Amino acid sequence: MRLKSLELYTEHPEYEFAVSGHRACQGCAEMLALRLALKVFGQDTIIAMATGCMEIISTPLPTTSWRLPWIHVAFENTAAVASGIESALKILTEKKKIPRKDVHVVAIAGDGGTSDIGLQALSGAMERGHKFTYICVDNEAYMNTGIQRSSSTPYGAMTTTSPPGKRSIGQSTQKKNMPKIAAAHNIPYVATACPSYPFDLLAKVKKARMTNGPSYLHVLSVCPTGWRIPSDLAIRYGRLAVRTGVFPLYEVENGKYKITYSPEPLMPVTEYLKGQGRFRHLTDDIIAKIQERVSTDWEDLKFQCGVK
Amino acid sequence: MAKPMDQYKWHELNVGCVIEEVGNAMEYKTGDWRSQKPVWNDAKCIKCGLCWLFCPDAAIYQKDDGLYAANLDYCKGCGICAKECKPGAITMVEEER
Amino acid sequence: MKEGKTGIEVSIAASIAAKLARVEVVAAYPITPQTHIVEHLSELVANGELDASYVNVESEHSAMSACCGASAAGARTFTSTSAQGMELMHEILFIASAMRFPIVMAAVNRALSSPLSIWGDHSDVMAARDTGWIMLFCENGQEVVDSIIMAFKVAEDRRVLLPVMVNLDGFSLSHVIEPIEFPSQEKVDAFLPPYDPLYTLHPDKPVTMGAYGMPELYTEAKYAQEMALINSKGVVIEVMDDFGKRFGRSYKPVETYNTEKADTVFIALGSINENIKTAIDMLKEEGREVGLIHLRLFRPFPSDELISALKGIKKVAVIERAMPGGAMNSPLFNEISSLVHSNKMGIQLSNFIVGLGGRDVNPEDFHGIIDDMSSPEAAKGAPKEEKNYRVIGVRG
Repeated sequence: MRLKSLELYTEHPEYEFAVSGHRACQGCAEMLALRLALKVFGQDTIIAMATGCMEIISTPLPTTSWRLPWIHVAFENTAAVASGIESALKILTEKKKIPRKDVHVVAIAGDGGTSDIGLQALSGAMERGHKFTYICVDNEAYMNTGIQRSSSTPYGAMTTTSPPGKRSIGQSTQKKNMPKIAAAHNIPYVATACPSYPFDLLAKVKKARMTNGPSYLHVLSVCPTGWRIPSDLAIRYGRLAVRTGVFPLYEVENGKYKITYSPEPLMPVTEYLKGQGRFRHLTDDIIAKIQERVSTDWEDLKFQCGVK
Repeated sequence: MAKPMDQYKWHELNVGCVIEEVGNAMEYKTGDWRSQKPVWNDAKCIKCGLCWLFCPDAAIYQKDDGLYAANLDYCKGCGICAKECKPGAITMVEEER
Repeated sequence: MKEGKTGIEVSIAASIAAKLARVEVVAAYPITPQTHIVEHLSELVANGELDASYVNVESEHSAMSACCGASAAGARTFTSTSAQGMELMHEILFIASAMRFPIVMAAVNRALSSPLSIWGDHSDVMAARDTGWIMLFCENGQEVVDSIIMAFKVAEDRRVLLPVMVNLDGFSLSHVIEPIEFPSQEKVDAFLPPYDPLYTLHPDKPVTMGAYGMPELYTEAKYAQEMALINSKGVVIEVMDDFGKRFGRSYKPVETYNTEKADTVFIALGSINENIKTAIDMLKEEGREVGLIHLRLFRPFPSDELISALKGIKKVAVIERAMPGGAMNSPLFNEISSLVHSNKMGIQLSNFIVGLGGRDVNPEDFHGIIDDMSSPEAAKGAPKEEKNYRVIGVRG
């Protein structure tokens, strides 16, 4: 029975740390990702969150969806706030002002608050080696403010600030490789995950929780509203992203790469792109470019993992 | 119990607008967002729990007999449960209004 | 710590004050002329003299953000910055005060770019005057040490719970060596108990901090914050009185110098007051009575205390170390003017801008200001130039 198997990752699989009543869109896979991840982090967690979808839909004064200690300060400083919390916990425990307890600090931000405006704070926090987990919930645009592009928006995607037109194909740059940037900081644990593969996600959250140092999780969060897909297909498109190789599931443990789910033979990217309104305008040559890039990146990743 | 926003006087807010009642978002019933709701065919349900697992709103619960149902106070009718149900035990039906 | 006074650089003394206050988290980014403060704090932590977490953040924005996180988690938090650093953390200054974190910051006042200037003036703190922080200004090194210790007591008081900025002038105060008497650790501990937060981020009692405010609630939230800031003046006075009783050095939000027989006074902030006092002594020897109103507390603005200090005064020279930026007058002048006119005090106000970007201001300059104010033209009341203020010493 599936629920029993959750007990591998969490003591209280039934308990919801993110309660119903939040204002996320119908079919929001980002909220699902956090709902599942928090089950693994458990009660002894402090959350620092960035301005963004998750913060807005969950904390309209005077109500809150969170049953854990939670703080929001600003958009670009989640990692810095988490650094401050972690440093305080360290010294307060040392001075015996709080009881010795393994409280884990979790920083959560979207792709905007991570790869664009939040990159500096994240880099600093990783370099300083704080014991915390940074989760980037990546819905591939600034969704909360109305679907504007971010450096995490995939090549060719339509957003309100990268609209296709006579002089534009949509997003003209490739998605910034955040897991690679995190791994370049030589932190003990980096992983990609997607709630469409929930047990893979839960296992990675557990590893992150146990990491003695910074850990970084990059979670693909399918956004029906922003990607222009029906709300009931959020899980399906996450699966397609993985099975076409667009979003490979892997982890980097102390610098060693390992693919955690092998979707070979890869499905053609068209299976993922079709049906998404944000890619509706793509011409065959753009799609071919996308396919080429996905294939090359997948081979590079396998090489990095020592897989033929 | 949170009051409606426009009923708070300034001195009734906590220092720094801190919210002490954790999880009080449950007072907001998102159930009236939906235009369709999931219905279980109990005969087909294999009690795997995937619907419960995949609900972004934590709006599905397991009944005492082990079968599943939606909490209509919060279900937004997104349809993920129906789509992901392997034996096809869940159907989305239009809400009567 | 030695008994009696030590000759020590004021920056180093500031960090010793933070040590005596037993700060628990320091998150700071170096910038001239604050560097000696953070360097020395780093040293104190490294050699075990100060039991604290020192976070080498990668920018001032992250410094103030980390301070918010640390304060939220229940630690006594301290930082320091100047000019460009203060501008970089500007967004978070508003958030720190609205979220009611009792952070103490030593602001080493420095001129803002452009042109780049590492030298002192008040443009950085004036740009931050609306951020909701309690603000103290220090005239000398002893005041810096005492103010930092008092700042924590004010900030952490449950009736306040607001961040405090202790301002000291860059180079002209931060880098000079002054005789300073350090209070003993025992006496500071008795005066300043450990920080006992009202709310804290801890799983034993979870709370949500930083929810967002719809139009229906934002006004009430801001009103509550403003009331807290205004009411903090009472606590500042209480703490200053308590400090005076325990340590023998008394402070007041507004202090006066030689105002008994004077009908003309200077009003200024910071270490420039020492130069002004020298000028006043010079004038006294010439038989002219001029006074000084030394504004120690700038935020919340001590209106009542200023009104008392201004009784019987006919003319005021407001000395400012920041440009108006297109306003009719410089920032401090605008506030004094508002006070004087709304209370119909019938005082003639003159606005002088001095010491921008570290330019020296001598007692002779102040002597000159008084001469100007007493001239026949000035007596007629009408300003001579198109502007309502004079920038002393500007060539051209």
